[in-house]
Amino acid sequence: MRYRAAPGTGGASTLTTILFIEQVLNGLQFGVMLFVMAAGLTLVFGVMGLINLAHGSLYMVGAFAAAAVAGATGSFVLALGAALAAAAGAGALVELLVIRRLYDREHLDQVLATFALILIFSEGTRWMFGSFPLYLDIPDALSGVVTLPGGIQYSLYRLVIIGIGLGIAGFLFWLISRTRLGIRIRAGESDREMIAALGVDISKLYTLVFALGAALAGLAGALVGAIQSVQVGMGEPVLILAFVVIVIGGIGSIKGAFVGALMVGLTDTLGGLLLPGFFRLFMENAAATSTGSALASMLIYILMAVVLVWRPQGLFGPQT
Amino acid sequence: MKREMLINAALMAGLLVVPLWAWAVDEPFTITLATRVAILALAAVGLNIALGIGGLVSLGHAAFFGIGGYAMGILASHAQTYDPIMQWPLLVEGTKVMPVIWIVAVLAAALAALVIGALSLRTSGVYFIMITLAFGQMLYFFAISWPAYGGEDGLSIYVRNDFPLLNTLDPIQFFAICFALLALALWFSARLAASPFGLALNAARQTPQRVEAVGLSPFRLRLAAFVLSGAITGLAGALFADLNRFVSPVMFSWQTSGEIIVFIILGGVGRLYGPVAGAALFITLEHFLGEVSDYWHIFLGLLLLAVVLFARGGVIGTLAGRKVAHD
Amino acid sequence: MTEPVLATHGLTKRFGAVTACEGVSLDLRPGEIHAVIGPNGAGKSTLIGQICGGIAPDNGTVSFLGRDVTGLSTAARARMGMGRTFQISALAMEDTVLQNAVLGAVGARGGAFSLFRRALADSDLRQRATAALERVGLADHAATRTAELSHGQRRQLEVAVALTLAPRAFVMDEPMAGMGSEGSKRMTAFLDELRAEAPILLVEHDMDAVFALADRLSVLVYGRVIASGTVEEIRADARVRAAYLGESA
Repeated sequence: MRYRAAPGTGGASTLTTILFIEQVLNGLQFGVMLFVMAAGLTLVFGVMGLINLAHGSLYMVGAFAAAAVAGATGSFVLALGAALAAAAGAGALVELLVIRRLYDREHLDQVLATFALILIFSEGTRWMFGSFPLYLDIPDALSGVVTLPGGIQYSLYRLVIIGIGLGIAGFLFWLISRTRLGIRIRAGESDREMIAALGVDISKLYTLVFALGAALAGLAGALVGAIQSVQVGMGEPVLILAFVVIVIGGIGSIKGAFVGALMVGLTDTLGGLLLPGFFRLFMENAAATSTGSALASMLIYILMAVVLVWRPQGLFGPQT
Repeated sequence: MKREMLINAALMAGLLVVPLWAWAVDEPFTITLATRVAILALAAVGLNIALGIGGLVSLGHAAFFGIGGYAMGILASHAQTYDPIMQWPLLVEGTKVMPVIWIVAVLAAALAALVIGALSLRTSGVYFIMITLAFGQMLYFFAISWPAYGGEDGLSIYVRNDFPLLNTLDPIQFFAICFALLALALWFSARLAASPFGLALNAARQTPQRVEAVGLSPFRLRLAAFVLSGAITGLAGALFADLNRFVSPVMFSWQTSGEIIVFIILGGVGRLYGPVAGAALFITLEHFLGEVSDYWHIFLGLLLLAVVLFARGGVIGTLAGRKVAHD
Repeated sequence: MTEPVLATHGLTKRFGAVTACEGVSLDLRPGEIHAVIGPNGAGKSTLIGQICGGIAPDNGTVSFLGRDVTGLSTAARARMGMGRTFQISALAMEDTVLQNAVLGAVGARGGAFSLFRRALADSDLRQRATAALERVGLADHAATRTAELSHGQRRQLEVAVALTLAPRAFVMDEPMAGMGSEGSKRMTAFLDELRAEAPILLVEHDMDAVFALADRLSVLVYGRVIASGTVEEIRADARVRAAYLGESA
């Protein structure tokens, strides 16, 4: 369910530098994908004030679309295109039919309506594709390992994912700070009536922002789907982690989402690696492994709690 | 108001009559369904204190439901293997006695709610929703990765736990226990809503700055409500585990949290008996739609969307009309 | 001279580049009404926020009943006897008028941790609440939902909730805002009597009321007190005429 690569944390008794660097890269890869998920969520919340539980469903839609198209055509590029298109399309459709009725509603209504959307999306997908996981293969050109400086062997595909994630982060920073759309998005965050008064078609803007967030979720789903299996319910654990990211980074902040995502990605991956070893210093082996891995599974939430105590509005959230 | 009281009475009578009828015609499965309704309604009655009166949208109440469940699972599993939970510094043994299990479940859930609430209530609105969800998820992953009590596979109990003078293996008697606890919780939350505490909590939802200006702390009111709320949901978790004679991390899952909220909404937000109506409707739908289609969650989703978008008052709101201020 | 009940000393608060409050020192003595007037954006709300709690000053202190309360929460100040009314009615709109007043009585009792007694069946709470409602003339509306009250009635209820606390000082944020002239007159008469019970720091836009009631006036412009004195002194003050009366005339 989580995309921590399993390096056999239980067995290795000494921690080598290579393993550590490998896990740092895994953490980065996990982190940038969380960022791509969280960016859409935080934009939608920042601009429209909407909490969208169905964001994970769009992730799933992207993964299924990619798996289906890759299965039919064999092309990974087409699969990614399909993921973007399907998730953006589903996002726009959902925004037009349901979401726009929720902007002025209480958070409780938003939670419930988007919870209902999860049920509909999940069961709809199960109905179309069945309950068994689909597999999306890493394309040949990207499979295999590369040798990094220092002799570290690492999966090329994961490196590419890190690159894509960083590229998307750069694109979003550029979009928000340098483009007309970005100006409107920032204006919409601060004053809805004002930009409506200035003649910007607010409902089109909202649909666009929602579809953009959906497309990003879909892309993340497809990219991660090639490492893991593609199955119903894959979106929600990621969604909840994206929430943790947003809470840590501060709602509405792309920068916060980026920093939060990397913190969560690295904490989760390195915690799984280091904690059992740490407990082994003063506990017997089996107990250390189970205590360590149980605690590691809670580590990002503990991180969240610490940030909350220190800065309840998140690292980059607006001061209240 | 009169009308809502009639509906409430009819609901409780219905929940009592259906299993009695099933008992008379020897349909134990129907009794089990009614027991599920009573237990899930109890979980939602707990959440309703935080959500309905206090306006605290907790999406992490599965944490307390699960803690209640595991309190039962851990105590009963140690009792059935005669293996003490702890030998040092003092001997703690498992137990199969329901009231003891309940007390442990309630206290453990209350303690967890105190910690989670104290952290989460530093924030409000959408942050609160996300944070409670995240804490629920934290316990979910903890339950999965903690191998001592079954990990991902959960924990089975061979025989239902005991209650003095009753035969809990008899479905109707176990139902009676659950129904009585539900009625007690409903009575308690009615008293609570009308008490000075309830009045202040309700005001803190509507106008926290006023509550502060009369010298009360909204944070403390909400934290106390959250603890009571978690404790009741924890009790429901212990009963649910006893009903199934099984606990697993699923009790901690975010879907469980979502469903507990759904019971409240289907029944009607801010209605004392909304959780009963909602849980009854949910289980009925699950049972009948589940027979018609494997994909019944689609229909549940559509129904829920319709309720949220068009029928805000839920079942009780639709039947009883607009909510009126009570004296 | 008698000790002031409530006083601020050099209160300063900045929001980014904007200085909303700069070196404000004023006091409230027993038995008086001290009015604070000023044009919109003069920093009146920021001042009240700092006096009642909720906004922490960057500099300066607030003392109440001889004690430095700058670090205390709103609730703690209220428990000491600071009775506040809000400019925009902060009432529980879903509840009845009586319930709102009972809330004040619950606060006055010092805590809400009584889980089983019915709040409205508690004769102590009920008496206290009803007495306050009677004093502002809302006793007939006790069972009315607050959302159904007129604007002026909500202002009265604001004052009634503060009365249930039997405060040692009132801090009132525009209690006459949006009232008709009839209601305004009645409220003026009521406050006139009330000052004997506890002094009132009155932030108000209604100049007729202010001039009729105030023992002393302070004029706030751009976060600073530009003049302070009796009504006559303020009327004669050239700076005030220029900065404030000139604008509002």
